[in-house]
Amino acid sequence: MTKFPSLVPQNPRIAMRHGGGGRAMRMLIEDVFLRGADDFAIDGVGLAAMDDGAALRIGDRYLIVTTDSHVIHPLFFPGGDIGRLSIAGTVNDLCMMGATQLLGLTCGVIIEEGFERAVLERVQESMRACCREAGVPIVTGDTKVMGKGELDGLVINTSGFALAPRVVRDAGLQVGDRVIVTGTVGDHGLAVMAARNKLELTGELKSDVAPLFDLIQRALEAGGDGVVAMKDPTRGGVASALHEMAGKAGVGVLLDEAAVPVSEPARAASELLGIDPLHVANEGKALIGVRPAVADAVLAALRAHPLGRDAAIIGTAIAEPKGKLVLDTGFGRRLLAEPEGEPLPRIC
Amino acid sequence: MTAPSPHKLEFRDPLKAKKLTARLDELVAEVGRDPVSVMHVCGSHEQAIARFGLRSAFPKALDVVMGPGCPVCITDVPEVDEAVALALQGVRVATYGDMLRVPGTVKSLADVRADGAAVEIVYSIDQALELARSEPSRELVFFGTGFETTAVATAAALLNGPPPNFSVLSAHKYIPPVMEIVTEMPGSRIEGFIAAGHAATITGSAVFEAFVRDHGVPVVVAGFEPLDILAALVRLVELIRDGKREVVNMFPRCVTREGNRVAQEQLWKVFSPTGGRWRGIAHVPNGNLRLTDAWASFDARQRHRIDVSRLWDFAPPKLLGQCVCGEIMSGSKSPRDCALFGKQCVPENPVGACMVSSEGTCRIWHQYGGHLDLRSVA
Repeated sequence: MTKFPSLVPQNPRIAMRHGGGGRAMRMLIEDVFLRGADDFAIDGVGLAAMDDGAALRIGDRYLIVTTDSHVIHPLFFPGGDIGRLSIAGTVNDLCMMGATQLLGLTCGVIIEEGFERAVLERVQESMRACCREAGVPIVTGDTKVMGKGELDGLVINTSGFALAPRVVRDAGLQVGDRVIVTGTVGDHGLAVMAARNKLELTGELKSDVAPLFDLIQRALEAGGDGVVAMKDPTRGGVASALHEMAGKAGVGVLLDEAAVPVSEPARAASELLGIDPLHVANEGKALIGVRPAVADAVLAALRAHPLGRDAAIIGTAIAEPKGKLVLDTGFGRRLLAEPEGEPLPRIC
Repeated sequence: MTAPSPHKLEFRDPLKAKKLTARLDELVAEVGRDPVSVMHVCGSHEQAIARFGLRSAFPKALDVVMGPGCPVCITDVPEVDEAVALALQGVRVATYGDMLRVPGTVKSLADVRADGAAVEIVYSIDQALELARSEPSRELVFFGTGFETTAVATAAALLNGPPPNFSVLSAHKYIPPVMEIVTEMPGSRIEGFIAAGHAATITGSAVFEAFVRDHGVPVVVAGFEPLDILAALVRLVELIRDGKREVVNMFPRCVTREGNRVAQEQLWKVFSPTGGRWRGIAHVPNGNLRLTDAWASFDARQRHRIDVSRLWDFAPPKLLGQCVCGEIMSGSKSPRDCALFGKQCVPENPVGACMVSSEGTCRIWHQYGGHLDLRSVA
């Protein structure tokens, strides 16, 4: 694993940016949680890989395991809610490891004293609906209540289990590989931001939160072994996820800005807020690295699916500069910075 | 997908841009010097150059330097100290957000705010006036920074009759004199200037005519879209090639030769130019805008006894000694030459003023990916 030098003087306290999905969070994980990560030998992909989940070999297959805690303000936002997010987020992490058969999810809920029961029921209904959509059951769970003010409303943790014949890592890019994004970028983060700031926008800006299992199966079927890397660009957006993919693979990525799909409402919101959609979270999109020979087949398979209609090839892996993203703006080129943290806290 | 590409916007046509950069290549080759150095003096120009990756499309022999065009960055330490001292004396201080983290001798406004002083962020002087009116029994000082554009807003606010508990601590600056200073600096290689279109809407392009006559360096007034900047550079290098000493207005959709007469009258009714230090640059004759004597009762420097001496009991932070903000602002160095850039000095933890302000060179370079020269990459 690449060890990144600590650039910013360490603050003795955790800040919101340490949860933002950017450089600050990655460094916190490397500095604190990776201690002891290699105490045990793992047959497969373990914590030290810092991938979307773990892959544990069982016979000739892999058990994929992942876990995710969900906190979001507001709990209900245009296009989704914390319930849908908690199911889709974990399902998508399983998919990004190459899962072809979903086994089940766990659900741990921590509720603040005084939380409205009717709201909890709405959240549970949304979780159920999303489970049906993804085709995966919740098989066990846990419930806790904490005192008023000890947490803000509701925290949901879900873990997921799935099987995969072959693990798709986030580190598999080679020079010449194409990078596909499965649809428009920035919708989730910008929708949450707009909802919080009560922005009046033309058109409907909605979160893209959705379980991607079905869509990713199409890509895997069309691309076979030519699908070499996957990652979902959640917190920190495409910029953060691609930095991680490029850094782990030891390649650079040349991005064509004009090819990056951005919905009109998201474009308007990003101009208004001065935030690059490439730095904003998605909850229903995947970045897929493919060998050039299968790029068109994978793209066509994605576009034939309702969740992949806007899929596009947005970049190519290049030899230099390693671990960096070069953005071609159409006027010239610049580096796309790795975000330090999400431009706003608690969005997934 | 129904979204239009941002490139379809006017002045953002990549094909036209490619023609202009090709022309720029030819012109720089015709000049035959390496490098041909030109300077712009505006954070918004640097924003556009960085955002659109224009620097990678410039000819290798063309050096486009950002000069002292960030009003926050060139606000000098003693000016920040005055605002900090006022806040510590219990006066409410209102200012633009970028000013909060600009280092003074030992403390920034953000530091004293964290210690409990009343420092308010405003987006315009109108908000500062509202704050003053909301608490009429308490003194409010507006720490005014910026070039001609924001200075005019400050002037207009005073002319409109501010509340009696309101005063202005002016750190406003005037751009034309500093162009002379930079040109006259020993070893200056600047052969031409790109002037900021928005400031020129007020001053008019004529304000640069005397400068061009006296210093023999051409000036082109430019807008802020990628094509504006490229077209202005093409014109500027043409003038350099032909040895022409002229002011050319390449932003005629907004700028006239005379400028905004009403705004100029307001500006000079309230302010008079005086000499003063610009952080990192030099003493700039006529570079600072101070309130005229007629406005003494609204001048925070006349109205309050500002005691900055008590700020000097502490040692300044150590890293500051390695900061090259001054050289970066005068255009003799770039963030590439700074050992702290992107390492000890980052936007979350800035050492120098250039990393604080959203118009600072270092902040802009950091936001748009750092300092790699992509002309030789990929």
